[in-house]
Amino acid sequence: MARSGRGRGRTAFTFDVGAIGFARGEALPEAAFKPSALYPPTDFKPVPLKAGEDEDYLVALKQEFRTTVRNTPYFVCIKNEDQGVERYSKKYLRINQADLEWTPDWRQLPREMKPKKKITKGGKLKTKPAVSKANVDVLKKLEELEKKSDGEKSDEEEKEKERGEEEEEAEEPDEYDEEEHEEENDYISSYFEDGDDYGAGSDDNMDEATY
Amino acid sequence: MTQAEIKLSSLLLCEHFGEIVEKIGTHLIRMGSQPLRMIAHDTGMSLDQVRKALCVLIQHNLVTYQLQKRGLVEYEAQCSRVLRILRYPRYIYTAKTLYSDTGELIVEELLLNGKMTMSAVVKKVADRLTETMEDQLSFSSDGKTMEYSEVSNTFVRLADTHFIQRCPLAPETPEPLEAPPPPAPTLVFNEKDMYTVPRLNLIGKGKRRHSDNDDNSEHKAKRQKPNTDSTEPPADDGIYWQVNIDRFHQHFRDQVIVSAVANRMDQTSSEIVRTMLRMSEVTTSSNAPYTQPLSSNEIFRSLPAGYNISKQVLDQYLTLLADDPLAFVGKSGESGGGMYVINLHKALASLATATLESIVQERFGSRCARIFRLLLRKKHLEQKQIEDFAMIPAKEAKEMMYKMLSSNIVSLQEIPKTPDHAPSRTFYLYAVNMLSSARMLLHRCYKSIANLMERRLHETKENRRLLEKSQRVEAILASMQATGAEEAQLQEIEEMITAPERQQLETLKHNVNKIDASENQVDETIFLLESYINSTMKN
Repeated sequence: MARSGRGRGRTAFTFDVGAIGFARGEALPEAAFKPSALYPPTDFKPVPLKAGEDEDYLVALKQEFRTTVRNTPYFVCIKNEDQGVERYSKKYLRINQADLEWTPDWRQLPREMKPKKKITKGGKLKTKPAVSKANVDVLKKLEELEKKSDGEKSDEEEKEKERGEEEEEAEEPDEYDEEEHEEENDYISSYFEDGDDYGAGSDDNMDEATY
Repeated sequence: MTQAEIKLSSLLLCEHFGEIVEKIGTHLIRMGSQPLRMIAHDTGMSLDQVRKALCVLIQHNLVTYQLQKRGLVEYEAQCSRVLRILRYPRYIYTAKTLYSDTGELIVEELLLNGKMTMSAVVKKVADRLTETMEDQLSFSSDGKTMEYSEVSNTFVRLADTHFIQRCPLAPETPEPLEAPPPPAPTLVFNEKDMYTVPRLNLIGKGKRRHSDNDDNSEHKAKRQKPNTDSTEPPADDGIYWQVNIDRFHQHFRDQVIVSAVANRMDQTSSEIVRTMLRMSEVTTSSNAPYTQPLSSNEIFRSLPAGYNISKQVLDQYLTLLADDPLAFVGKSGESGGGMYVINLHKALASLATATLESIVQERFGSRCARIFRLLLRKKHLEQKQIEDFAMIPAKEAKEMMYKMLSSNIVSLQEIPKTPDHAPSRTFYLYAVNMLSSARMLLHRCYKSIANLMERRLHETKENRRLLEKSQRVEAILASMQATGAEEAQLQEIEEMITAPERQQLETLKHNVNKIDASENQVDETIFLLESYINSTMKN
């Protein structure tokens, strides 16, 4: 606003350019319209790093810590890297599966941290793919069944109902048991195992591989 | 949290705890405290994964939780604590210098596991020490073992000197059957026995990895039922220990001050200052600006035995130290042969200033450093004055000033003579704002460490195939040696890595070492700047 009507070019400054060190008639540096270079040339080279036994030991400690921490249960991988071919050397990499299990002290943690039932989850996983796969077949079969058992329908249904009720009654106490069981030795069996290769990477298999 | 800090924490979390934990941790650092469901929703991860990640983070004291109203539990990440992962090697090394290998392993185990019970630490460390002893004395049949009592002695000493402390405790509540338990335990910090070690009856020796047969079978049984083998919980069940980072920082600070005095004056005076600092270790809190006043008589009595300097010489040294313009040591009274304090805040400020000066010198050259020091001494100066005082030609001086100004090392203040802020009637004063410059440098340090880490990851990624190959070859070699293979066979396998590959591996190792060393050393600067900022903010 202040500049409007003040002529053009270099005189656009509201102050004396000489005050900041430019002589009369000297060219001003060009205005920069882009960020400075990502790797600007350095006028001064960095001084060498400190060296000595202490520093070497610190580096060794750092590297060792980095590798050890990967073998603790706290290092959460997404999946065990599936390399396709089983490596010969894998036999010799001592990874003790037992060490990889870790039960947090639940007294120290909020209650919601504790995982709930795992059985329901497992059930879902199993049923879903079956349904989607055999979807078409099931429809066909249902049609066939309908034709066949038109007459016996009512009887069957009643029986089914009764059976269903019995089953429900029988199931309830079962579920309780499971939950209680879970409370006691929760975590270990279900949670901190990598969900994906549960079974394949379980203890027994590992033992076979190592011995 | 600045962007640089977030970036660095995310890299650190990823390197130490894997991608899942990194995602949750970074999310929490960005968003502040949040409840569980919200985290799961925002990150789009399954509840189980979020739970697991949070458990890991809480275990390592990187996340705290708090019970909110309406029974919600909110989780909050401790960004500054995450950044301390950088300093872990230094904590471990310090423990080694103070308490030898046992202390080193205790601190390392605690850092690896976040928090542990004393019995677990002692057992683990004894086992590890026994293992290394065995490796060293593999030929002798009766390998030495490490007694539990020896390890627990070191543990007690670490606790006595406050290098490790108890974690906040979840109070034991007799579970009422009717009322549902609260969704989160409230952790209590009992200051009285923060450093008291529980009485434990730890008798035994470290076990060897593969010794007798019965030992082995016991091990197997353990593996099958991981938690049921112990019939009763250990006596210190639920009492967890963690590394007291503040105490370590106090130790680092004292060391820095001592070495600064040694550089400025001589070894003897540094020893005097060390004695003073050691005497006030327990009496002064870690963030106090001054130590408690100490009389010269007290200091004389506490000097280490090997140092036989007379009382007179000590008094002379003390007056010399008190007269020094840096004023690390101050005189606070005349009683008891003169009372002396160490001005901790002043010492940190001087050290931070020195760091800044040397950075300016290395970055902008010695002439800029001259201007910088001039500004530090004279506080506020006009352009013209700087040129005159520094005796640098006007044009060059201006160029330097602008360069430093644009990188925020120095600041510029306008003082208008008239209310219209007309440049011709305004004073332009240059000054150094130590605090903001220190902050700016700290930010740069974080950024450079993040860059270093990225570079290191890149280097290892580029050479991953080669690294894997050498690992495999090494594994095969080890197994061959164990089975007693012939020399020729071993050599054949060794030759699987060709000469150029070997060379490439060497280069990689050299580069990674260099980067790691730089990370460590930048962290030292970070420590100094942070201590200075913290102590300035508190006073």
